[in-house]
Parts: sequence; C-alpha cells; structure tokens
Amino acid sequence: MSISRDELKHIALLSRLELSDDEAELYTRHIGEILEYVEKLKELDIEGVEPTSHAVPMENVMRDDVVGPGLEIDEALKNAPDREDRFFRVPRVTE
Amino acid sequence: MVEPYQLTAWEAADLLARKELSSRELTESVLQRIERTEPVIHAYQTVLRDSALAAADAIDESRAHGEAPSRYAGVPLALKDNMCMQGSPTTCSSRMLESFVPPYDATVVQKCMAAGLIPVGKTNMDEFAMGSSTENSAFGRTMNPWDLDRVPGGSSGGSTAAVSADETILSLGSDTGGSIRQPAAFCSVTGLKPTYGRVSRYGLVAFASSLDQIGPITKDVRDAALLLQIISGVDSMDSTSVNAPVPDYPAALTGEIKGLRIGVPKEYFPAGLNAEIRGSVEKAVQLLKEQGAEVVELSLPKTDYAIATYYLICTAEASSNLARYEGVVYGRRGASQDNILEMYMSTRSEGFGPEVKRRIMLGTYVLSAGFFEAYYRRAQKVRTLFRQEFEQAFKQVDVIMCPATPSPPFKAGEKTDDPLEMYLSDVFTAPLNMAGLPGLVVPGGFSASGLPIGVQFIGPVFGEEKILNAGYAYQQLTDHHRQKPPLVVPS
Repeated sequence: MSISRDELKHIALLSRLELSDDEAELYTRHIGEILEYVEKLKELDIEGVEPTSHAVPMENVMRDDVVGPGLEIDEALKNAPDREDRFFRVPRVTE
Repeated sequence: MVEPYQLTAWEAADLLARKELSSRELTESVLQRIERTEPVIHAYQTVLRDSALAAADAIDESRAHGEAPSRYAGVPLALKDNMCMQGSPTTCSSRMLESFVPPYDATVVQKCMAAGLIPVGKTNMDEFAMGSSTENSAFGRTMNPWDLDRVPGGSSGGSTAAVSADETILSLGSDTGGSIRQPAAFCSVTGLKPTYGRVSRYGLVAFASSLDQIGPITKDVRDAALLLQIISGVDSMDSTSVNAPVPDYPAALTGEIKGLRIGVPKEYFPAGLNAEIRGSVEKAVQLLKEQGAEVVELSLPKTDYAIATYYLICTAEASSNLARYEGVVYGRRGASQDNILEMYMSTRSEGFGPEVKRRIMLGTYVLSAGFFEAYYRRAQKVRTLFRQEFEQAFKQVDVIMCPATPSPPFKAGEKTDDPLEMYLSDVFTAPLNMAGLPGLVVPGGFSASGLPIGVQFIGPVFGEEKILNAGYAYQQLTDHHRQKPPLVVPS
C-alpha cells in the first residue's frame, strides 16, 4: 500500500513537522515503500492471537505514597529554552 | 609491552588490586589514546577528561586506604550519549538535545559510578538511536576501525568503535532492534543485549520503550559478565525493570559446555547469506560441538516477518516518545515563535534529522485512526507469534547460535538513500527484542578482506548465564576477540 502526497502532509502536520516540497516527495516515496513491505504481515494468520505490548510478563508496581526529594525549581528550569521567574515561558497558547 | 589502554577490565582489576597500576595511570593512558585516535575514528561526542581524572584520583586514594568500592573501581567506561549523566551533555547525537545537560544520573550511570567505574566520555550514535550505521548522527559519522571507509554499525557505533580502537576499557550501549549487537559484529567486539527488564532504563533517552534495553560492550565475554553484574537489578524508578534475582554472572563462566543443546535455526542461514559469515558461524558451532555440545536443527519460520513487525512497533512507540520534544521544558526551541503551533513545528523541523522525522511520521501513520488495527495491532499480534516460536524452541535447546548480521560492515553512504535496505541489516537481531530475549554477539573471525564477522548466541528469558558461558567457551577456543584493528594513529 502506498501513501499519497496529501496523506503524507496530513501525517506531517499530526507529527508537528514542516516539510519542504522535496522532503515531502522523498518521504512519500520512502514511507510508501516501507508500507508496501509490511504488507507481508497479512500473510500470517493472527486469528485469536492476543497482542503483546511487553515481551516479559509484568505486574503492576505499587508503592506507598510518600513524599521524596524532587528537582528544585531552578534545576528543573535550567534546560528551558525560555523562562520567566519560576515558569517555562511559551508563545501565546489561546487568543 | 602492553599499554594500559589495551587491557580488559579484569586484567586491569588484577593490576589495580596489586597496586602495579593506578587508576590515574590507566585513565590517563585511555585519555591519551582517545586524544590520538579520535581524529581518525570519531567515536566520542564528549570526552570527560577533567571529571575522569578527578574520579580516578579519588579511587586511588580510597584504594590506598583499603576502601575501593569494588574490584573494578578505577576502570574507565564510555557511555552511549543517550544515557543521562548529571552535569554532562547528553545529546543523543541530535541537534534537538545539543545543549541538554541532565540534572540527574541514569540508574546505570549511578550503579557504574557506585562501583567506582570512571566515565571517560559519551559516545557518538545514530540520532535518538535510530539507525544501523551511526551515519544518522547530527555531529558526523564514526569510522569503523577495521576499515575507515566503512560504517561501525549502529546505533551504538561510537561505543563499539571506541572499544575496538582501545579508546576505553568498558562501554555501555543500548539495543532496541540490534543496536548493541550489530555494531559489535561490525567492530569485532563483544556486545550483550540483556533480557528486557534485566537492566533499568531510567535515564536512558527513550526510543521504543517496550524494546529498549541497555547492555555491555566490551573486549571479551568476561568483561561483559562483570559489567552486566554491575548494571543489573530491579529499580523503583523503572517499573518495567524485573524483580528477579541477579546471579553471579562472572561465576557462570566455567567454560564447561558438555551436553549444552545448541539450536541452529535454518531461517538464519538463508540462501542469500554472505558465504563467509555462513562459514564462520558454522565453524563456531562445530567448535562447540567438538567440546561436547549437542547441535539441534531448528526452524523459526517467522524470522522473515521480523523487520516488518519490528519497524511498525518501534516507529509507533518512537512517535509517541518523541512527542515530548516540543521546545518547552528542555532541548532546542525553533526560530519561529509567533504562536504555539508554529513553535512546535519549527522546533521539531529544525531539531530532528531525516531518519528521525521518517520514523516519527511512519509511527504516527500506523497509529492514526483507521490504520491502527491494520498495522500496529497486527504487529503486536505477530509479536506474540515471535514469543511463542522462541518459547517452543527453548523447550528443545539451551541456546541458539546464528549470524549477527546478513553481511559484513558496509561502506559509508552505501545504504543512506534506501531506508528499507538499511532496516534489513537488523533481520537477525530484531526478533530477540520483540521476544524480550537476551543476545550475545562475539567476534567470530574475519572475511578474506579483513572485515569483522560476528557470531550471535540467543538465550531464553533471563538466560544470560547460558549465553555468556557459551560465548566464554568459544573465546577460550579462539583468539578473534584478541585481534586488534590495523589502525595507524598519529603519535
């Protein structure tokens, strides 16, 4: 199965990626080729097979709700691209 | 004379214990080797010269008082640059994290430092561990020490090249679909991907969370066992780490393999397999058979579906994991900031390289409405079939032996324009990640033109002792792992 240029542009938007026309063309081709390749999975009978999300069986991990040390505000803000006072600063989110 | 940088960790530990070598001398020797070799190899993203020497001095001091934190205290270690180390840049070889300095240590880093290992640097990798050649690094490719025109494999190519070129004693890599084992084969070093959950992933920058696992990259199996010992164990910071007892891995290396049942799966020896790789692996199986192992022919018919399944699962998880790079809390922010959507778009478009973008989009597609069942859910079900197929196999055998890669190291640039072709180089490694199994790759000899060939041992869940001992027995009988690349470095 291939993918159209418009579908790819929609996927790019969902992925929050901006593509040039050249990039869009290249990725349309590459992703189309990969999607064609994975078609082979349809050859397998998966009727009644349970999906695996983790390979090794696991149990839910519980712990007591106790307060422990966390990052200091200044430490947490150290890698921020932009900050103001004790906050991460971002462009306007709502009009 | 053997230079200190050429030592294995267990050899160095003996000399350190006898005070015939100090950690300062060993660390300086490694740092000097790095300085001379890096212009040729480019294995490192960051060299931690000052902190390494300070740590080495502290270890020498504690050892002088009989208080060395472990037998291996004072031995240098290189960390793949996707493992967080407090105060040191952790870039994932991405523009996105070029200036990121983690405020905390990954659990493996904490454990290694608690054992007294000395981090000497952070190694180059494919961006966000996505790739099989280390060509996807935003900061330039790493050369294969055995042939500079060829790739070291990936994504842990910096770590394997560093070990191969004696630019460190020990190293850690991460493996999502073969990223420890494929480059280990390409660089003729020993690499181990542990069972999923054996080692904490806390502080490992996530690529595909249900597949990622950290493991040792070393000069021999003995070093892999001792490093696995140091990093294993359950961790309250990673709820996918498994609370299973940590055996004494070095003690498992008896070299005794009489009666060991070795499975040889015919699907790992397809008609198109490189003839020299086939020959080397068959010879390795024969060697162990002569020592009393029993060889059982196996069939793992799902192998042909491994890459299709793997790339659906790993890209889906990656698209979700990498959503966090949006230019707000850490990492790069893009130039365009008129509104929040533009900021996200410019941040991600400027910060990610082409392969990362490709995988994010593929993953977004297979998770999107209308396609989820057809792609992602189907892949998860096929994943179950992989698990079952291996479970059946391990009812008949103790370990599986097979090639690590379908071909020897390829030339730089050879596969960069054809992503699918690049993906297929993981065909013998990715099935293990889907089933959560441990895999060990050891040097298995060389092609006629001198290119490294790897031999892979696969074990059942938590079967690390079995594959380590089988690999150890093999290394007792061969000297491939002692061969050094014919590297000419400026003096």
